[in-house]
Amino acid sequence: MIPTSEPTARLRPGEGAIARLACLVLQPVLTRVVRRVAARHPSLFARLGPHQATDFLIDPVELPFALHLRPDPQALVFRAVPRDTAPQVGATIRGRFLLLLELIDAEQDGDAAFFSRDLEISGDTEAVVRLRNALDDMDGSLAEEASAMFGTPGRAVLARLRRAYPDATKPREYA
Amino acid sequence: MSLAELICPAGTPAALRTAVDAGADAVYCGFQDATNARNFPGLNFTPDELAEAVTYAHARGTKVLLALNTYPPAGKVDLWRHAADTGARLGVDAFIVADMGVADYIARMYPGIRLHLSVQAAASSPEAIRYYCENFGVKRVVLPRILTIPEIRQIRREIPCEIETFIFGNHGLMVEGRCSLTNYLTGQSTNMDGVCSPASDVEYVRDADGSMSSQLAGFTIDRFGPEEKAGYPTICKGRYAAPHRPEGYYAFEEPISLNLSRLLPELIEAGVHAFKIEGRQRSKSYVRGVVRAFRAAVDDIKAGREANIADLIALTEGQKQTQGAFETKKWR
Repeated sequence: MIPTSEPTARLRPGEGAIARLACLVLQPVLTRVVRRVAARHPSLFARLGPHQATDFLIDPVELPFALHLRPDPQALVFRAVPRDTAPQVGATIRGRFLLLLELIDAEQDGDAAFFSRDLEISGDTEAVVRLRNALDDMDGSLAEEASAMFGTPGRAVLARLRRAYPDATKPREYA
Repeated sequence: MSLAELICPAGTPAALRTAVDAGADAVYCGFQDATNARNFPGLNFTPDELAEAVTYAHARGTKVLLALNTYPPAGKVDLWRHAADTGARLGVDAFIVADMGVADYIARMYPGIRLHLSVQAAASSPEAIRYYCENFGVKRVVLPRILTIPEIRQIRREIPCEIETFIFGNHGLMVEGRCSLTNYLTGQSTNMDGVCSPASDVEYVRDADGSMSSQLAGFTIDRFGPEEKAGYPTICKGRYAAPHRPEGYYAFEEPISLNLSRLLPELIEAGVHAFKIEGRQRSKSYVRGVVRAFRAAVDDIKAGREANIADLIALTEGQKQTQGAFETKKWR
């Protein structure tokens, strides 16, 4: 079972301030990444269909903040939000950070992660299924693509993240 | 020895390329509408995508099979005919059909394209299979997952077409093409709309203790404890309380996947021509892992080597697997 990340209840003193600071620092990066991805993968939006306007909360349980995504090509939203101020959303996807990253990159199977209870979804299931299928139809690695946007420092951050999560980075090679 | 073709799922163009690159002999897929039994949101192909997919697959020696394996409701058959026309124009290698009207249309209009009989037709007797062969020129039957290997061997002797069996993925045992459980709760039909447990009617509810309830159209169909592995939210795999089992039990089927990796030599010996991997709704990661594993296993067997079968348990539903009826009809 993945650990809970219910808003506010588990905040320790100072964590709220750290989350807000992290969100502020991250925001320019997230904005740049999502715009690049949208520009390079326009077919993603067709698979989302009516759920382009749905608000998603992507909740990496061990990080001090969550990510709010609205994949509307006309008004993209991708921002880090402290959990205690997270907006009301249509669907929530919750799991360990690197699992979520690997799901986006099709390195892990979403159904398998759901069966094992490492991935939790709530809210509008159709929206989540559409988002999953849209992301799975993209070629290449979004994580690599995003990190490459920031050159050597970006790649170093990604490598460090993967080292920090040895279990999740273990390749799921079944063959 | 039979050809032992590997027939692999593709829910998206990227999954199709993944399957081809991983060693599929043929890939099966469908359009973004009710003409196929995986009409899920965000899944499947537009005609333009299928055109590119056929080009990609054929350039690498892989066949493309188009699933038109649902049943047209009265007055709506044009959608299926149009899909067949489009598939034929784009050069698919075979149609997978269940409905006799669709089979008849394709047999008359496109006699040069192979017809495969979908598992959705639930043809499990030599008499039924021969009827499809004689009247529509069916070249291959996908057998329901309810037969033992001796039964398959016997059927093979009595029919004039090839046999395809599922070897991995969903362990569906309802009389396929006849199941109306989803329709009963949601109003949408697995067999006519192509949706089993439509995602729009599914909700997962996390309880305070970490348990998770699966709900379909507002009805709770299973509740998984905090450490318990989960399955798909389908009624046939739900857990229900009954007067004689008040604690709740799997009344029909249970969350478990079929895995026949250890039975491949026997299936080949029984005359099975093609092995089908289920899972058009699954990710590229699943397709890559399962296709690679079975490609290696089939190649080993064909070369006279003992197959070293990869462990696929992490990809199975409920993280459990079975050989089901293929091993014995007393598997439960």
